[in-house]
Amino acid sequence: MAKLFPTASQTIGPFFHHGLDRPGWEDLTTEGPLGQTILLEGRIVDGDGQPLGDALIEIWQANAAGRYAHPEDKQAKPLDPRFRGFGRVKTAKDGTYRFTTIKPGAVPGRGNAMQAPHINMTIFARGLLRHLVTRVYFADESANGTDPVLNSIENAAARRTLVAQANGGTPPSYRFDIVLQGKGETVFFDV
Amino acid sequence: MSDPIGYRREQPDRQPPYLHPAYGSTVKRAPSRAPVRIVATLSEVTGPSFSKDGWNGPDAADLIHHHEAEPQGQRIILAGRVLDEDGRPVPSTLLELWQCNSAGRYHHEGDQHDAPLDPNFHGGGHVVTGADGGYRFLTIKPGAYPWRNQHNAWRPAHIHFSVFGPAFATRLITQMYFPGDPLLPLDPIFNATADEEARHRLISTYDHSLSEPEYALGYRFDIVLRGRNATPMES
Ligand SMILES: [Fe+2]
Repeated sequence: MAKLFPTASQTIGPFFHHGLDRPGWEDLTTEGPLGQTILLEGRIVDGDGQPLGDALIEIWQANAAGRYAHPEDKQAKPLDPRFRGFGRVKTAKDGTYRFTTIKPGAVPGRGNAMQAPHINMTIFARGLLRHLVTRVYFADESANGTDPVLNSIENAAARRTLVAQANGGTPPSYRFDIVLQGKGETVFFDV
Repeated sequence: MSDPIGYRREQPDRQPPYLHPAYGSTVKRAPSRAPVRIVATLSEVTGPSFSKDGWNGPDAADLIHHHEAEPQGQRIILAGRVLDEDGRPVPSTLLELWQCNSAGRYHHEGDQHDAPLDPNFHGGGHVVTGADGGYRFLTIKPGAYPWRNQHNAWRPAHIHFSVFGPAFATRLITQMYFPGDPLLPLDPIFNATADEEARHRLISTYDHSLSEPEYALGYRFDIVLRGRNATPMES
């Protein structure tokens, strides 16, 4: 067979509603998973500070014990049959989004390193010919100080764009704003 | 535990850039810094799992028999396979699609194009791929539609595809086009990808063996996702 290469990405466009909007997928806790229920919420803006009212955000995360619901995660930690680890939500007109999920446990990094608890995030929107990838860390996790990916970002202000701020509340809310461009630009990753 | 094997890095000219001024919406939305490379951890090589009739819901592969009557337009059968770069099928992954109607209008409150809505067409569907990576949809051919990107701008007829693959790192959203469309050379989104062969692979092929007599025309579109590195050590 001729050598294949990956299909080119194209923008999601503004009108993905009938293909991708699945009511309920913004709540990862409907089956009652183990762990602490949290809200993950924020707002996404462009280089002029204008909100993106037409973005789609997806998250992928480990369960409360720090294990991914995927065959390649062979850690000796319990799977949680009530937690699949995936969520999706479209932004509101004012650029805000909100997931209800649980705080993930820590998962290993490369070598013998441990990663701090984090949520993997994918952002799609009109004007993004390819999606963007980032990570959400939690301000109240001391393990942030030794996380290899977070600390690979040398600029402290840039590093802070990856850390969701704890806002309290019931369930506790973590605020993670996303800036696509310019001052306060979120760090994005090539995975 | 041994380090995970990551997914192959993509060749820049075979993917569109973030900033492509000919497509105006990229100008304020493209990050100014290049993304920071992560060497694969469990976070990147794992991803959501799907199954037929799983939490993702039953397949919705027929876009034309949901309403009182069939939608207007040319019936088409759209089929293909999801493969990786080594040509291996990608089974049991979620493939979602959406499109406008045959007049070029999306069933969406934000679409104000002055073309008729079709009460019998919403334009969304999804399936989980089979063991051979295969999928098949029954729909209608979408129309071209105008947009405000430049003077007299028209998007070539296209269908949006979303596919997951085995890992967080294989996620892809793309658009499929139709052969012979005279709008393709004029479209800034299609032409954002520099490599001609990569652009060409976004165009479906007419497949007479897929067409059904007295019923529908067949188009084939294969989707290729990133393949795996050979070793844990990435360049
Ligand atoms: Fe479109």
